[in-house]
Amino acid sequence: MEIVLSLAIGVLTASGIWLILRPRTFQVVVGLSLLSYAVNLFIYAMGRLLVNAPPIVESGGVADPANYSDPLPQALVLTAIVISFAMTALLLVVLLASRGLTGTDHVDGKEPD
Amino acid sequence: MSRDALLWLMLALPFAGSFGAALLPSRARDAAGLLAGAVPLAGAIIAAMLYAEASGGQLARTELEWLPSLGLNLVLRLDGLAWVFAFVILAVGFLVVLYARYYMSPEDPVPRFFSFLLAFMGSMLGLVLSGNLIQIAFFWEMTSLFSFLLIGYWHQNQSARDAARMALIVTGTGGLCLLLGLLLIGKIAGSYDLDVVLASGDLIRASNLYTPALILILLGAATKSAQVPFHFWLPRAMAAPTPVSAYLHSATLVKAGIFVLMRLWPVLAGTDTWYVVVSSMGLATMLFGAWAAMFQQDLKGLLAYSTISHLGLITVLLGLGSPLGLVAAIFHTLNHATFKASLFMAAGIVDHETGTRDLRRLSGLFKFMPITATLAMVAAAAMAGVPLLNGFLSKEMFLAEALENHRGTVIDQALPVLSTLALAFSVLYSVRFIHQCFFGPPPKDLPRQPEEAPPWMRLPIEVLVLACLVIGVVPGLTIGPFLDLAARSVLGSSTPEYSLAIWHGFTMPLLLSLFALVAGTVGYLIFRDQLNRRESPPLMRRVKGRKVFDSVLAAIILAARVIEQRLGTRRLQMQLRLIVVIALLAALLPFLRYGYSLGTHPGTIVDPGFAVIWVVGGACAIGAAWQAKYHRLAALILMAGAGLASCISFVWLSSPDLAVTQLLVETVTTVLLLLGLRWLPPRVKDVWPEGQSPWRVLSRRGADLTVAILAGAGMAALSYAVMTRQLPDTISREFVTRAYPEGGGTNVVNVILVDFRSFDTLGEISVLAIVAITVFALLRRFRPAADSVAPPLQQRQQNAFDDVREDRRVGDTLRDYMLVPRVIMQWLFPVTLLLALYLFIRGHDMPGGGFAAGITLSIGLILQYMAMGARQVESRLRVRPIRWIGTGLLIATATGAGAWLFGYPFLTTWFSYLDLPVVGKVPAATALLFDLGVFILVVGATALILVALGHQSSRTPRANAQPAAVKED
Repeated sequence: MEIVLSLAIGVLTASGIWLILRPRTFQVVVGLSLLSYAVNLFIYAMGRLLVNAPPIVESGGVADPANYSDPLPQALVLTAIVISFAMTALLLVVLLASRGLTGTDHVDGKEPD
Repeated sequence: MSRDALLWLMLALPFAGSFGAALLPSRARDAAGLLAGAVPLAGAIIAAMLYAEASGGQLARTELEWLPSLGLNLVLRLDGLAWVFAFVILAVGFLVVLYARYYMSPEDPVPRFFSFLLAFMGSMLGLVLSGNLIQIAFFWEMTSLFSFLLIGYWHQNQSARDAARMALIVTGTGGLCLLLGLLLIGKIAGSYDLDVVLASGDLIRASNLYTPALILILLGAATKSAQVPFHFWLPRAMAAPTPVSAYLHSATLVKAGIFVLMRLWPVLAGTDTWYVVVSSMGLATMLFGAWAAMFQQDLKGLLAYSTISHLGLITVLLGLGSPLGLVAAIFHTLNHATFKASLFMAAGIVDHETGTRDLRRLSGLFKFMPITATLAMVAAAAMAGVPLLNGFLSKEMFLAEALENHRGTVIDQALPVLSTLALAFSVLYSVRFIHQCFFGPPPKDLPRQPEEAPPWMRLPIEVLVLACLVIGVVPGLTIGPFLDLAARSVLGSSTPEYSLAIWHGFTMPLLLSLFALVAGTVGYLIFRDQLNRRESPPLMRRVKGRKVFDSVLAAIILAARVIEQRLGTRRLQMQLRLIVVIALLAALLPFLRYGYSLGTHPGTIVDPGFAVIWVVGGACAIGAAWQAKYHRLAALILMAGAGLASCISFVWLSSPDLAVTQLLVETVTTVLLLLGLRWLPPRVKDVWPEGQSPWRVLSRRGADLTVAILAGAGMAALSYAVMTRQLPDTISREFVTRAYPEGGGTNVVNVILVDFRSFDTLGEISVLAIVAITVFALLRRFRPAADSVAPPLQQRQQNAFDDVREDRRVGDTLRDYMLVPRVIMQWLFPVTLLLALYLFIRGHDMPGGGFAAGITLSIGLILQYMAMGARQVESRLRVRPIRWIGTGLLIATATGAGAWLFGYPFLTTWFSYLDLPVVGKVPAATALLFDLGVFILVVGATALILVALGHQSSRTPRANAQPAAVKED
C-alpha cells in the first residue's frame, strides 16, 4: 500500500503544482485543492498505514496503542481539511471579486501584454 | 496611601488621563482641558507629598515582578534627580495645558492634542522614574513616538508631517543606539537594575565594552538633545503647535538626553574619552546654536537654535566631569526650562495676536501688549544672563567651571574664550528678540491687529517669570534644597561645596559675564541691519545635517525601490514559481548531504483494489490539471474524483473520521465552485499572431511541467522513504491510552479534537468564522460580472415554449421539469437533519463529531436553496448564519472558560456517563458541549459562505430562473 499511496501523493502534488503555476484563477483554485489532497495524505502517511485498525478504543481498560492507527495525524488532517475548505471558499470569492472588478480572470488582474 | 502606591499612581495618572481624553468627542475642548489640567496638578501634589516624606534623603523605590526568569523587574525609583525632573515635567506640564487651552483654536480636535500631551507626559515621567535600564529605553522610545504625534498634530501641513517624520527617524535611530548601549552596560554590570549599575562604575569604566557603550549612549543622547550634528530636527519641529514647542522642545523632551547623561554620570563620566567627546560635542553645539540663533528671522526658529545652544552648554558642563560641573548642569537645566518655556509661550502669544512670527515684520508691540512684552523681557534677560535672574546664577557657575583647568588640553584652554563668545551671541539674540518685537516704530500691515492676550493665557508665563525672578534673587531659599537633593542623589558623598549667592565679589566669571553683556548689546546695535538682511546664517553652509539626512533618506528609498524592481515581482506566477523552486531546493539539500535510503519497516501488502482506485484517482488528478483551462466543469468533476479517491483511502487505511469529513467537505466544495463557475469569463483558444512563434510560451510551460514533475517525484520519494521506517514513539501513545480513562470517549480522534487539543480546535473554528465573515463582507456590496454564457439550449427551448403559450409564464416549464428533484430535496431535509444530529451525538465514541455534523446540516440547507431558490427558502426558514457563528463561538469559549470556575486551566474538560431511560448510557462530557459549539459554528460558517454566494445569482436580472451552474461551451 505504501508505494501506491506514495505515487498517489506524487501525482496529486505534480498536478497541483502544475496548476498553481498557471495564469488563470480557476486553475489555481483547482490546483490548490489538489495540492491540499496531496498534503493531507502526506501528513496522514506520517502516522504509517494500518488496515482495519481505526482509532476507536474499547470502552474500559487501557488501550494498547499498537492495535490502532495513529490518531494524531488524523486529528491534524481533519483540521486541515476544514481549513482548506475555508481557503478554497475565500479564494473563490476573491477571484470572483477580481473578475468583477478587473474584467479578467488572469491571476495578475490584467491580461499579459 | 503607601509610598509605593503613590509612585505608581503618579506614573499611571497621565496615561489614564490620555486614554480618557482620547475618548472625548472632538469638540469637547473644555472637558479635555480640565482633564488634562487635573492630571499634572494631581501628579504635582503627589510629588510634593513624596518630597515631604523623602526629605530624609532616602529613595522611594518600588518593584513589580515582570520577568523574574530573566531577573527583570519593573522598578520605579524616585531619587532627588528624578524628583526634580518629575516636578518640572508636571509643573511645566500644568502651565502648558493651561496655556494650550487658550492657544488651541476651536477648529482643532483639542481632545486628541491633550491626549497626546498627557501620554507624552506619562512617558517622560516613566523615563525619569525608571529603575532599570530596559525601562529607560522603553519610555525613551515612547517619548519619541508621542513627540512625533505632537509635532505632526497639524497633519494637514506638509511641513508638520515632514518635521514629525524627521524627528521620529532621528530620535528613533538614536533610541536604538541608546538601547544597544544600555544593553552593553547591563551586560558589563551583570544586571539591568539601576542601583546595581550605579554601584558598579569602576567595573564599567574598566571594561573593554566601555567605549562602544559610551558612544552608543552618546548617540542616543545627542539625537534627543539636539547636539551637533544631529540638531537639525529641532528647528524643523517648530512646525508643532507652540505649547508643544514650549513643553517638549524646551523643557522636557530635549532634556531627556541630558537626563540620561546625568543619570549615568556616576558610571560613565570621568574618563578621557568622556571628557573629550562630550565636552567637544557640547562646545560645538553651544557655539553653533548661538551663532545660528542670531540670524534667525522666525521667532520660534530663534528660540529653537537658542535651545540647541543652551543644551550644548549643559552638555559641556557634564562633559567636564567635575562634580561642580554636574551641579551647574542640573541648575541650568531647571533654569532653562523656566525661561525658555515662558519665552516660547510669549512667542506663541505674539504669533497668535499678530498672525506672524517674522522678526522683520514685527515692531513696537510694547504699546499693544505691555504685560506680555514685560514678561518676555524678563525671560529674555534671564536667557541672556542678566544679574538678579536665574539664568545669571547658572551662567556664573558655568563660567567658573570653564575657567578651571580640568585636563590641561586644548579644550580647557579654549573653553573660557569660546564660552564668553557664545554668551555674547546669546546676549545679542536676546536683545534682538526683544528689541525687534516690542520696540521701534509701530508695526505696519500685520495680518491681525495686535492686542493684549487674555489673562489666563498670560498666567503660565507670569508664573514662570516669577520663578525666574525669585530664584534669581533668593536662590538659597528657593531652589537651594531641591538642587542639593538632586546633586546629592547623583554624587552621593562626593557632593562638592558650592554657593548659590548672587554676589561673589569681582571675580573672573563676573567680569567675563559683564563683557559678554556689553559685547552682545553693542554687537546688536552695530549689526542689526545686516542680521535682518540674512536669509540663512553665514559660515554654516558646511553644516548640512538636514541635507545629509534628506539625501540619506532618499538614497535608502531609492535603494529599496531598485532592489524591489530587480528582485521583486508583482506577477503571481513568478512568485509562486520562486516559492516552489526554493521549497524544492530546500527539501533537496538534506538528501544531497545524507543520501536517500529506505527503512526496514515491512509495511502493508498492496491490495489490487487500492491500486485500481489510485489509478483512477491519479488519472482524475492529471485530467483535472489538463482540463482546468478550457473545460472548467470537467476539471471540477475530475478534481472531485481525485478527492473521492483520497476519501476511500482514508476508509481503507483505518481513518473513518477523515473519510466522513472529506466526503462532506468535498460535497460542499463542489457546490461552492459550481456556484462560482457562471461568472468566470469564457475561455477562447490562444491565437498567436502570424509569424510569432509560441516558443516562449512552450518553454515556460515546459519549465513549469519540469518543476511540477520534480516536486511530485520528490514528494512521492519522500513519503515512501518515511513510510518504510518504523514509527518512532510519539505522543500519540499517550492520546490512545488516555482517551477513554481521561477523556471519556472511545473515538480517539474526536477526543483529541475536543479535549486534548481543543485549544487548537478553538483556533481553527475561529479561522473558519473569520473566513466566512470575510466572504460575506466581500460579497455584500459586490455585483458579479455578467453571465458569461447564454442559457443552455434546453432552457432556451423551454422558455420559448412558455413564451408562445398564453397560459404559461416564462420559467414555468423549468419549474415543472425540476419538480421531482425539488420534492425529493425538500423531503430530504428532515433526514439530513437527523443524520447531522446522529453524527454529532455519536462523535465522541464513533466516527462523526461536530465538524461532520455541521457540514451535513449545511448541505441540507443548501439543498433547500438549490431546490426552491433563495427567496422561497428564506420566506419559510429564518436562516441567520452570522448568529449561528456567534453562538457557536460563544458556546465553545464559554465551555472552555467554565473550567476556570472550578479552578482548572482554560478548556479543561469534565466527563461522566449518564443513564437515560430508553436511550441508555450516554457520555456526558463538557467536551460534548464544546463540540456543540463547533457544530453550530460550522453550520453557520458553511451556510454563510454558500448562501452569500448563492445570493449573488439574484442580483442579476435574469438569474432567478436559472439553475445555479452553467456549463461552459
